[in-house]
Amino acid sequence: MKINEELKNTLLGPLSKNNPIAVQVLGICSALAVTVELKPALVMGISVTIIVALANVVISLIRNTIPNSVRIIVQLVVVAALVTIVSEFLKAFAFDVSVQLSVYIGLIITNCILMGRLEAFAMSNKPGPAFLDGLGNGLGYAIILVAVAFVRELFGSGTLFGFQIVPHSWYEAGYLNNGLMMMPSMALILLACFIWIHRSVDKDLQEKG
Amino acid sequence: MENALSIFVRSIFVDNMIFAYFLGMCSYLAVSKNVKTSIGLGIAVTFVLLITLPVNYLLEVHVLKAGALSWLGDNFANLDLSYLSFILFIAVIAAIVQLVEMIVEKFSPSLYASLGIFLPLIAVNCAIMGGALFMQQRAGLEPTDPKALTSLVDVIAYALGSGFGWALAIVGLAAIREKLEYSDVPAPLRGLGITFITVGLMSLAFLCFSGLKL
Repeated sequence: MKINEELKNTLLGPLSKNNPIAVQVLGICSALAVTVELKPALVMGISVTIIVALANVVISLIRNTIPNSVRIIVQLVVVAALVTIVSEFLKAFAFDVSVQLSVYIGLIITNCILMGRLEAFAMSNKPGPAFLDGLGNGLGYAIILVAVAFVRELFGSGTLFGFQIVPHSWYEAGYLNNGLMMMPSMALILLACFIWIHRSVDKDLQEKG
Repeated sequence: MENALSIFVRSIFVDNMIFAYFLGMCSYLAVSKNVKTSIGLGIAVTFVLLITLPVNYLLEVHVLKAGALSWLGDNFANLDLSYLSFILFIAVIAAIVQLVEMIVEKFSPSLYASLGIFLPLIAVNCAIMGGALFMQQRAGLEPTDPKALTSLVDVIAYALGSGFGWALAIVGLAAIREKLEYSDVPAPLRGLGITFITVGLMSLAFLCFSGLKL
């Protein structure tokens, strides 16, 4: 039962208590850039989850055979290969999203969450827990992405996933889409608001003055 | 030449790596508590960009692009190796950062000591890989497009501009954060939250450059 408790923490911890974006401060770059609309944010979140989970498993399987001096290069090559596969897959089956995501798919390679989890967890744990850790961190990342993208798309263009949510009658009455939501700055400020709410609810995460 | 100058200035203000594209945020947030280390990291990132971007550009034009290998012979002219770009770019970046680390250790041990772990971490800095990927995207544009990178000089101007823009952003944030130490920030916003709001406001300020016509 103790093993199950530990595994549960490995999977559920990164969803809130140890969230990669809000607590570990990893993976910020793509979290801000792709959240203008909900669809690319969701695709990005799912891609990163798959890549982190699989990379964790692969590195965990070969962790005892990597010489220490080439550790980073081996990790980078494994991740680059996985990202190439996901990128080609997206180009084939979801071309318009892959154009929207442009360079940020390639940037998953240097996404700090990947390097961080590979170094901190996969190098010293078995493949099973490593997979769960990757899954948990990827999902924690995806949750924040979807939350920010939800607000940005809803208030920035009145749509969600491309479907018009704000009724046309509101536009006629004088309602305007908030153009600032489409700007990069709002992503940062929204993230700060989410962190504010997160840390007000969970007081342990507040930094000491 | 004037295209290179325009690219240089645009990369600093309009296409700023931090404020427009959010590249290199992780090390940006981690190192910006102190102005001195920020200056050191800014210079290091500019230096690495200056070396890796031209090398990756040459790789892209002569090896990776569709039809790039035609200099090897006619039967190679149909090859499109662009799917190898991620692996090759990151390998080049990792190798060059390793080289830079060895050179810095040899010629300036004090700089090496003060940068510490952040020097090898530049290899996984989104700004470097992002610079290479944006360069690949822009090198593939039509030459009439103002954003196109058409020669090695353009790429060097892009590298210098991007690095300088990144350095400007990190030193600016470090200066503000040093002053924020003495402010009364509400507990849930302390540290990470107020930093994000500050960067958001700085990004808003840099939006004023987007109308720049050069």
